[in-house]
Amino acid sequence: MELEQAEILEHREVAPGYRRLVLAAPAIAGRAGPGQFVHLRVGEGPHPLLRRPLSVAGRRGEALTLLYRVVGEGTALLATRRPGERLDLLGPLGRGFTFIDGREPLLVAGGAGVAPLLFLAAEARAAGRKPLVLLGVATAAEVVGEDELAALGIPLEVSTDDGSRGRRGPVTDLLAGRLEGKAIYACGPAAMVRRLKELAPGVPGQVSLEAAMACGVGACRGCACRTAGGYRMVCADGPVFDLGEVVFDE
Amino acid sequence: MSRLAVELAGIRLQNPVLAASGTFGYGREYAGLVPPARLGAVITKGTSLEPWPGNPPPRTVETAAGMLNSIGLENPGLNHLVEEDLPWLAGQGATVIVNVVGRTIEEYVAVAEVLDRHRGVSGLELNISCPNVDKGGLAFGAAPETAYALVRAVRKRTRLPLLVKLSPNVTDLVRIAQRVREAGADGLSAVNTLVGMAIDLERRRPVLGNVTGGLSGPAIKPVALAAVWRLYQVGLPILGLGGIATWSDAAEFLLAGATAIAVGTATFARPRAMLEIVEGLEGYLACQGIANVSELVGRAHG
Ligand SMILES: Cc1cc2nc3c(=O)[nH]c(=O)nc-3n(C[C@H](O)[C@H](O)[C@H](O)COP(=O)(O)OP(=O)(O)OC[C@H]3O[C@@H](n4cnc5c(N)ncnc54)[C@H](O)[C@@H]3O)c2cc1C
Ligand SMILES: Cc1cc2nc3c(=O)[nH]c(=O)nc-3n(C[C@H](O)[C@H](O)[C@H](O)COP(=O)(O)O)c2cc1C
Ligand code: FES
Repeated sequence: MELEQAEILEHREVAPGYRRLVLAAPAIAGRAGPGQFVHLRVGEGPHPLLRRPLSVAGRRGEALTLLYRVVGEGTALLATRRPGERLDLLGPLGRGFTFIDGREPLLVAGGAGVAPLLFLAAEARAAGRKPLVLLGVATAAEVVGEDELAALGIPLEVSTDDGSRGRRGPVTDLLAGRLEGKAIYACGPAAMVRRLKELAPGVPGQVSLEAAMACGVGACRGCACRTAGGYRMVCADGPVFDLGEVVFDE
Repeated sequence: MSRLAVELAGIRLQNPVLAASGTFGYGREYAGLVPPARLGAVITKGTSLEPWPGNPPPRTVETAAGMLNSIGLENPGLNHLVEEDLPWLAGQGATVIVNVVGRTIEEYVAVAEVLDRHRGVSGLELNISCPNVDKGGLAFGAAPETAYALVRAVRKRTRLPLLVKLSPNVTDLVRIAQRVREAGADGLSAVNTLVGMAIDLERRRPVLGNVTGGLSGPAIKPVALAAVWRLYQVGLPILGLGGIATWSDAAEFLLAGATAIAVGTATFARPRAMLEIVEGLEGYLACQGIANVSELVGRAHG
């Protein structure tokens, strides 16, 4: 775990509401694995008080890439930060994905959940595996990461809520006939993950969960999620959990 | 002796900056950034006789200049503390104060008795002020006589320095503190969090799984400072906390009557905040030509 004042190298909108942020963060980039996250201060003053967790979406040498969606006050403020400025970053945090041997990776992403899976897809490719990425978004314009995946020769299938691209409907509708011999790696809204569990019983898999966080390091016990073994901390026990062990509310 | 060394309720501290209970785990979580030996002391997460699971999520939400938490005292229990955490903290050279919680007087007493025999513990902080549990916590701290009975029972079974952590959510804080003193406490910690809530407009339901939570952070600093100011008349040494984020916040608490201070929520935003506060106080004392930090304590009372 490092605390780093990382210079913004690049920061731009890649789709409506989605931004890509590239940072010079040698200490963190050198250690980060797919599924891990950074906990960052979006502003320079005391407000907002708490850090915001964002998954590592990629790394190249000393550069760390984040991909985020502007959803509220903190991410809106982050969106105003410019290249040359510095961001206060804590990371890499949490436990990331681990490849399940003997099975090709099937990556299932909902919206901004694609962020950690882009990193995972690149690592899978580098390790000689053959990942397939399924991405569900609201509308065609929100498809992000397509160029990066194409450059690595990683196939991408899309579903949209409005039918403007790919199949109309949730991303889990793309699973049929694709589960054989696969291991699932997922990140997205709770409804998506719940459906995934229903549709793929017995398929080994891992999921990156989200929870509101204060410390980000396991000290405050604030980011509890339910698992078969009781409450676990998303920041320190996760954010990546076995698909089989996560439990959802009714 | 260093400018910053102080004694709080019989506990010798190398500096007056402590990690607040529940915000620093057992020291291990932040150890890479904040060596526990550099703090005045580490106050552990509230520890109960048996492990407690804590409250349903969501457990935290940010609010203006603060945050609400409804952790519900999730902790791995006394055995874990004794077998894993205390040895580790001792190995780090940290001074340790254990924050104690229970559902009944007997549970508090049982924890205190075990820790009384433990070398790695410099003092106890009785949490009679947690707003997030039905039994225990604030259930004891809300009235003078229940607070008295609890502190008295624990006092009989331990020789360790005993701090009692108070809630600002009470009608007569000073009266409760006086009874706590009569029951044999060595010091007061003030304050714990204030009860608050937030509502999710999409779901049209309370944000927190436990409905209400405890407010902490800069938003509560003026309330906490006033509590310390009023408690000064009780005559027990005070550990002041609530919204402290900078050395100047810390200095205000000392001047209001706190012998030492603790930092909670600020650590989440700036993990090294406590170390920065130690340095800042050192600089202030040097600059003002003050030989020891204790000279500041209560000076704002004139
Ligand atoms: C481990 C982890 C990795 C994440 N990775 C990404 C990512 O790569 N890209 C991305 O777009 N988003 C990611 N998120 C979600 C992101 O943290 C939230 O969207 C963000 O914190 C919202 O902040 P805000 O101030 O804009 O929103 P607000 O709604 O104003 O936030 C208010 C508070 O709620 C918290 N909060 C709100 N939504 C979430 C959420 N979904 N998860 C956790 N906390 C939340 C905020 O941190 C803040 O404390 C991740 C979350 C976690 C836990
Ligand atoms: C996440 C969280 C957990 C806490 N857990 C405890 C606890 O276990 N026992 C306790 O006495 N106080 C607990 N507190 C209260 C703090 O120790 C402190 O009194 C309060 O947060 C005010 O200080 P601050 O504004 O610096 O955070 C907790 C506070 C927070 C934010
Ligand atoms: S955010 Fe503090 S334990 Fe996870």
